[in-house]
Amino acid sequence: MASKTKSPNSPETGNPSVELSKEEITRYSRHLIMPEVGMDGQLKLKQAKVLCIGTGGLGAPLGLYLAAAGVGRIGLVDFDKVDLSNLQRQILFDTNDIGRPKIEAATNRLRNLNPDIQIDNFETRLTSENALDILKDYDIVVDGTDNFPTRYLVNDTCVILGKPNVYGSIFRFEGQITIFGYPGGPCYRCLYPEPPPPGLVPSCAEGGVLGVLPGIVGAIQAAETLKLIIGKGEPLVGRLLLFDALAMRFRELKLRKNPECPVCGGHPTITKLIDYEEFCGIRGEESASPAQAVVPEISPRELKARLDRGDDLFILDVREPHEFQICNLGGHLIPLGELSRRVNELDSSREIVAHCRSGKRSAEAVEFLRSAGFRKVLNLKGGILAWSDEVDASVPKY
Amino acid sequence: MAVKVIIPTPLRPYAGKQESVEMEAGNVREALKGLTTRFGELKKHLYSDDGRLRSFVNVYVNDEDIRYLEKEETQLRDGDIVSIVPSIAGGTGK
Repeated sequence: MASKTKSPNSPETGNPSVELSKEEITRYSRHLIMPEVGMDGQLKLKQAKVLCIGTGGLGAPLGLYLAAAGVGRIGLVDFDKVDLSNLQRQILFDTNDIGRPKIEAATNRLRNLNPDIQIDNFETRLTSENALDILKDYDIVVDGTDNFPTRYLVNDTCVILGKPNVYGSIFRFEGQITIFGYPGGPCYRCLYPEPPPPGLVPSCAEGGVLGVLPGIVGAIQAAETLKLIIGKGEPLVGRLLLFDALAMRFRELKLRKNPECPVCGGHPTITKLIDYEEFCGIRGEESASPAQAVVPEISPRELKARLDRGDDLFILDVREPHEFQICNLGGHLIPLGELSRRVNELDSSREIVAHCRSGKRSAEAVEFLRSAGFRKVLNLKGGILAWSDEVDASVPKY
Repeated sequence: MAVKVIIPTPLRPYAGKQESVEMEAGNVREALKGLTTRFGELKKHLYSDDGRLRSFVNVYVNDEDIRYLEKEETQLRDGDIVSIVPSIAGGTGK
């Protein structure tokens, strides 16, 4: 076999002078020997430009597989730093990377995996101001972000620029995958015209994710991206793939383009990028819950001082039983969801300090108890996380 | 009609932690009513204050979106599967 081979007659490969080196032929040999990829497909991969938004749970397998497959130019967008709690699922990073910018650790890892490709870094949060500029140079965008404002921002930018958006999202044991923004296909707003109001977004009590779940979902996004590039197979367009790891079941739902869609419909009303934080009802995450601002609070240090003084305080823990097992302050456990039913377990004549992990759920509990006639109820500011920071570092943070 | 309603992970805490519920219902409205009667807490997650199905919650009968059928009046047949599919944003598992 010739050590260098030109793309023979594939008009889509664009630049006819692009070819594979001898090493590249060996590297990609398991692609090259399949007719569905072959030399044409591999040269398309080499000339492809894919932007990965987020290098976390979904971005990790995605980046690795795209780099390994020989996608010639990969853009990475992230502004976060690697944290110990990321390593349970974000397989781009290892223990030595803790504290490093994710973008730096990810670039390093992908360069080591495949030195023949170009990696572009965008160490920034994607915003309405920079999105068009960042996305415009790429053929395909892969959305691996973790919040609604960025999801809508990525969608609208892709529709405006006419770029396919390979979408994946995860929650606990469940994933959703599809391709938005494909010519003639639906967009994210066709599926969900509006995001949930912040109060209905699952709190940390219901959060969490099985470590391997983003691996599976991100790998599916990678497969769809590679298929779009080589132009083979049936793209996941107009179909929403649902994956449930607990039941180990895939299901597929029909996804239709909404003719009235405000972004991709016949008469769009949104033709430029908007303020997505406002659209999603978020103005600074700390003020997301109005309950937090109004309920009476006690700081961890004050609570410690009062307990040391021997004050009669009743500690109410409103987290879930599995969280209580991780760490606790010896409080009485009534999960927030059971509070209205079990309120008779509480003595309204005693002073009650409610706490949770970060202070959000307990603020709701304090508000509820006050409305139920309890007068002496305080919220532990910052929850068990703040207790660990300010009073007792032996309490683990989770 | 005997149908099965599949509850998505994010809503299971408000539905007795169940993955699915079997019930008798003639159309989608009845099925969802049956569900929110049984699990009162689900109501605010499925309906807005003005009683309309929330726009970030989609309902499917088998694999078809009810917005492109008869919406909540979509008739159900024996063995139909009603899926509630809310939007989820997660990507990193925070």
